[in-house]
Formats: sequence, C-alpha cells, structure tokens
Amino acid sequence: MFVELGHFALILALCVAIVLAVVPIAGAARGNVRWMAVARPAGRLLFALVALSFIALTWAFINNDFSLVYVANNSNSLLPLRYRITAVWGAHEGSMLLWMLVFSGWTMAVTIFSKHLPESFVARVLGVMGMISTGFLLFILFTSNPFTRQFPVPANGADLNPLLQDPGMISHPPMLYMGYVGFSVAFGFAIAALLGGRLDVVWARWSRPWTIAAWSFLTIGITLGSYWSYYELGWGGWWFWDPVENASFMPWLVGTALIHSLSATEKRGVFKNWTVLLSICAFALSLLGTFLVRSGVLTSVHAFATDPTRGVFILGFLGVVIGGSLLLYAWRAPGMAPSNRFDPVSRETMLLMNSVLLTVAMTAVLLGTIYPLIVEALNMGKLSVGPPYFNAVFIPLMIPVALAVGIGALVRWRSDDWRRLWGQLRFAFFGSIVLGVALVLMLAGGKYIMTSLGVCLAIWIIAGTLVNVRDRLRNQSGFMAGLKSLPSGFIGMSLAHIGFAVTIIGITITSQFSVEQHKRMGVGDTTQFAGYTFKMTDLRDIKGPNYKATGADVKVTDADGDAVTTLHTQKRSYDDVRGVTTTEAGIHAGVFRDLYASLGEPLGDGDWSIRLYYRPFVRWIWFGALLMMLGGIMAARDRRYRVRARQEAAALEAGQAGQAARS
Amino acid sequence: MNPKRRKLLLIVVFIVAGMGTATGLALKAFQNNLLYFFSPTQVVNGKAPDNTQFRIGGLVEKGSVKRDPDSLQVSFVLTDTAHEVKVVYDGILPDLFREGQGIVADGRLKNGKFVASQVLAKHDATYMPPEVADALKKAGVKYDYKHHRMIQ
Repeated sequence: MFVELGHFALILALCVAIVLAVVPIAGAARGNVRWMAVARPAGRLLFALVALSFIALTWAFINNDFSLVYVANNSNSLLPLRYRITAVWGAHEGSMLLWMLVFSGWTMAVTIFSKHLPESFVARVLGVMGMISTGFLLFILFTSNPFTRQFPVPANGADLNPLLQDPGMISHPPMLYMGYVGFSVAFGFAIAALLGGRLDVVWARWSRPWTIAAWSFLTIGITLGSYWSYYELGWGGWWFWDPVENASFMPWLVGTALIHSLSATEKRGVFKNWTVLLSICAFALSLLGTFLVRSGVLTSVHAFATDPTRGVFILGFLGVVIGGSLLLYAWRAPGMAPSNRFDPVSRETMLLMNSVLLTVAMTAVLLGTIYPLIVEALNMGKLSVGPPYFNAVFIPLMIPVALAVGIGALVRWRSDDWRRLWGQLRFAFFGSIVLGVALVLMLAGGKYIMTSLGVCLAIWIIAGTLVNVRDRLRNQSGFMAGLKSLPSGFIGMSLAHIGFAVTIIGITITSQFSVEQHKRMGVGDTTQFAGYTFKMTDLRDIKGPNYKATGADVKVTDADGDAVTTLHTQKRSYDDVRGVTTTEAGIHAGVFRDLYASLGEPLGDGDWSIRLYYRPFVRWIWFGALLMMLGGIMAARDRRYRVRARQEAAALEAGQAGQAARS
Repeated sequence: MNPKRRKLLLIVVFIVAGMGTATGLALKAFQNNLLYFFSPTQVVNGKAPDNTQFRIGGLVEKGSVKRDPDSLQVSFVLTDTAHEVKVVYDGILPDLFREGQGIVADGRLKNGKFVASQVLAKHDATYMPPEVADALKKAGVKYDYKHHRMIQ
C-alpha cells in the first residue's frame, strides 16, 4: 500500500511541478502578485511529495518487496540493511528518483533562502525549476518508473552489484547529485535574469553563493568517487579518464570557470553574457552527465535501440533545455547593459584567461568522451579514446591556469602595472623555482622536468596566495586579529587556491614516482622495491555474510628491517546469481606515501598473482580537493551576499513602488 | 597605433596563439590515441593493422587459458565463434576474467599473436562488452542487450 502511495505522490508531484512551471512565471510577466505567490508553497509541496515517494521506495527495499521490478533487480534479502538502503540509488530508475529528490531539495532551499530577493525574480527562478522538474518527472514516470510491479513475484532479488556494496558508494552519488543539481539554481537565476531583462551586477551577487555551494558539493562528490575507485577497484588508480568520470568532471570545469566569471561580473560588471552562457553550459553538462552515466548509452549506443523511448526522451529534453535557453539568450542578451572597460593587465584579464582555458579544457574532454559515441552512432566503426589523449591535452592546458592562479588574486581590478606585480612577486617566483626543483631533486635526483615544473607551479600558487594574504594583513595590528577581519570570501578563495596547489603536488608526484610490481607470490615469498621489502606471510580462506574470500597478509619492512605494517588484502567471490568477484585492497596510508597490496588470481601451487604499489603523495590529491571544497563553503557563506543583497532588493522594490506611484 | 591598441592587439595575438596551440595539441593527441576495435574475424582476414595498437574483443575459449608456471605469463584464445585469435599477456587478469566470458584487450599483433598490454572485463559477470556483442552478431550470434544474454 505504502508503495502505491509513493507512486501516487510522484504523480501528484508532476501536477505540482506543472503548476510551478506555469503560474509564477505568468504572474511575473503580468505583474500579478497572487500568481507569483504560488511559487514558494508549490516548491515546498513538490519537495514533500518527492520525498514521500523516495521514502516509499526505500521502504520497499528495506522490506524486500520483490514485487517491484526495480527492487528485485537490485536487492536481495541477504543484503545487509545499510546496503539495501543505498541500493535505492544503485541503478538507473532509483538514481533518477534521487536526482529528483535532490533537485526538489534545492528548489525548497531557494524558497527558504530567498527572502531578500524581489518576488518577481523568485517567481521566475522557481518557475524555471518547475519546468525542469516537469521534464524529469515525466521522464521518470513514463520511461524509468521504479514503482513498476511484476507478477509472479520472485522469491528473492538479483542482488546489488557487489562493487556498490561499499560505504563510499553510500555518499558518492548523493554528493555528486548535490553538485550537478545545484547548478540548476545558477541556471534558474540566469534564465530568470534573461526573462526579467535584468542581467546586471545584482543578479551576479544573488547567484554567486548558490553557484559556489553547488561547486563545493560537486568537488567533494568527484573526490569521493576518485577515492572510492582507488581503494575499491583494486588497481590503485585514482583517475582513469573513464567516460563516467569525465561526465562529472566537465560540469566541474565549467562550474569553476563560472564561479570566477561571476566574481568579475559582480565586482566590475563585465562578461555578463559570457557568465550567463557559462551558467547555461554548466547545467546542460550536468544534465548530459546524469544521462550519460545512467542511461546505458556509454555501454553501448545500441542500448537505445532496444529502448528507444528513453533515448528519444533524453535527446528531446536536452534539446528543449539547451536549445530553449540559448534561444532566449540570443533574444535577450544583446540588449543588456554595456560592459565596463578594463586594461590588458588587470584582474578581469586574468579571470577571462581562466574561463577561456577551463572552457577549452572542458571541450577537449567532451570531444574525447563523446567522439566514440558519435562514430558508433554513425556506423563508422568502433573506437575508443585512451587516457594518453586526455593527459596530452589536459596537462599542458593546466600550466597557464596554474601560473594565472598564482598571480590572479593579486592583480588589481580594471588596471594594473606589471612592474608593481613583479615587485610583489619576484621572491615568490624565484623561491618557487628553487624550492620546487630542490624538492624533486631530494625525492628522485634530477631528470624529471615535468615533475619539477608541476611542483614549482604548485609552490608558486601557494607563494602567490600567501603574498596576497600578507598584503591584506599589512595594515592590521595583529596576525590573528587581521585574519579575523578578512572577509570569509577572501579566506575561502585563498584556501581553495592552496587546495588546488596541494592537488597538483599530489598528482604530479604520484604520477611520476609511483612504483608498482605485479608479482607471482606464495606464502614466504618476498620482493623488494622503493626501499621496502614485501613478504607474503599468510594466505587463508574467509567466510563472509554473502561471500567467500581468500585473504592474504603481506608484511612490509623498511630498509633497516623494521616492520612497517602488515597489509591485508582479500579476493571475494559473491555466491549470488551474478557470481561476481571483487578485490579488497590492503592499504597502509601515510601523509607522504601509501603502501597498497591487492590480490589478483590464484595461479596454482598455492601461488597467487598480487599487485604491490608504492604511491607517494597520493593522499594530497584528495586532501587538496577537500581544501577546495572547504574554501568553497567559506566563500559561499560570506556575509556580504546576504546583507548587501537584502539592501539592494529593498532599494529595488522601493524604486519599483516609486515608479508605480508616478505612473 | 597608439600604445593602448598595441597592448590590446598583443593580448589578442597571445590568446589566438594559445588557443591555436591548444587545438593543435588536442588534435594531434587525438589522432595518436584513437583505439580502433577489430573482431577476431577481421584480424584473421588481415583487416587489423600491423604494429599499431588496437583493441580486440571476443569470448575466451573454454579450456584455452594456459599459464606459465613461474611467472605471470598467460595465454588464451579469443573467439567470435567464427574465427579465433591467440592472445598472450604478461600481467594480472581482471577480477571478472573467466573462460566463456566476453572480454576486450588492448595491444598489438606480433607474428599472428595478439600481445595484450591490458585486458579488460568490466562490471559484472552478465555484462557483455558492446564491441564483443557486435562482433558476435556479425559472426551470426545474436545478443540481447536488455537482458544481457545471448540468443542462440
């Protein structure tokens, strides 16, 4: 019964979404206050209904209701409770519902945190979100309904893909969706501004905290995904340029360009059109990412041929969203207020460079990701684009980006002087070269130019950021007091930039200095590399709740013969219908290096193949990303967004009232 | 030209040059890193290139997996049910590698054997790599994408 209630709630949600899509926008266009007032309650009701429907599906999973096709395909009565709950978003239908839940959550957030915005603007934003909800709910109900029943009811379910039976998978998709979907708010703001004909500095200030918050969630979502693949897939890799990863990385690149471009628009009133375009683009890529990953199109374009409704719907929806917003853009954007002027040496130029480079990088990733799909769809053969392509294009593009990050925040708005900058930065410049080269020499002894360059660039970013912080603190009495006086937006930016540098250090060093060995080992065998001795000390059978496993202990000693750790790795085979095997890696984590062992396959005679890795600085990659996210959260919380926005909205409404009184 | 204009021109030239270099790099890297797929039938018929990296896919022939007793060397036969190609590999096979299972491998041809640099078998045991399914289809075996099984 409860399941039917959930299904019904989803259908009701569609009705509410349609009302939300039509009434408030019409109200804003005609100046009808009562119609506009529909927006907030409708947005909240939408969230309540979708949440109810999501709870109903979760309920079905908890109670092993295998009469639902979706539950039967993705769960099993032997599955532990927490994985029965996460199995809700383990496949296409449920993850679409999760998407919708997160989306309506953001809609709800807009209804709450928008008291300082003018009513007509809020009505338009929520209206746009209502339109997107309508599209998504139609998609779920007609092509991917998780509430579809089946008869006869199977005795047990097919189980969740064991790779997804992992704590990392509990938090990864929701975080990723928080980010993806969060860009819908930026999108809604941009469209509302275009509709209202008010594409100005104020709009950018309203949009900024939302965009930065979404970006922070996306950052942590991608990081969790990377970390998950590192310890769960057993290959010791943290990024594969896999289409699934690229799908989340493209909105991140454009989102990064967007938060920077927004700052220029807000502070100086420049790049308005470009910022709107980036807002549209970030959301379009988020939609593309959601569909690419969950629709099966990546597995095969032909997956669509067997289920054409889904494919046609997706293409149609993307077409309407992207085409419609670009059309609106072409119609409304040229009439917007002219830009302010700026000199070639100025903060504006640096920010422009940043968004251009990031957009180019995104385009390169997009090309590599969808080219194989296009070729296949046109029946021109089958091919794939390998990681070397992405590395060859992406890494050179990041060099000027890193250079610009080091200087960017120090350059003055509108106009600056190279000589002044050089005076401020020359120590940082030489210091980072010396320090970077010295560090790499210390680690490996020469011959690694790319590594030196990467480390130098990272130190350059950190040095530039610190120079900037010192500059800001110059007139303050004490260091701590000064730090407290800095706006949280500035602290957030500095933190995020340092995080970027930390990630660069991690990526560069781990890519260059990782050592790995694939060995055939039995109990008692040893191997040596990277200054460590690895000895397999034990191999035994293990029985788990829904799997059988072979576990191996690998004892690691350092050059002096002192014990470092014992790595425990397992090869699990799940005794369900899918017959899946997974690897549990044994990892000894450290600030400067990880030791990693993962069991391969039995080779006979009691021997197993085993992967052993020495991964220096690998944790810096995720730690840096964490700093970026924290920086984002701090920046989004900056008081001035709320205080000034409130004042401006009040002024705006007073102005409108004045106009109305005069006419 | 006044100095301001010249400065602006310089910036534009710089941006255009940068974009040009980036595009050039991208296209070159793109050309070099396209991995074409060939089925065992195509390989046997001499359609696959010599000494160039490509991707092959098929079913692992039952009973064909042979391991070297002292190292990680392994060899097996890939088939699309019409033709067969012998694959040699020095490394650890993926978790889902099994006889009778569909897999894809990257590598190049040497003396009629496919020397693999990487062997991929993804997701779960019921998953069939689309390339493999397609190759099988061409060889006369049908594959049901929706339910991931072969229709004999």
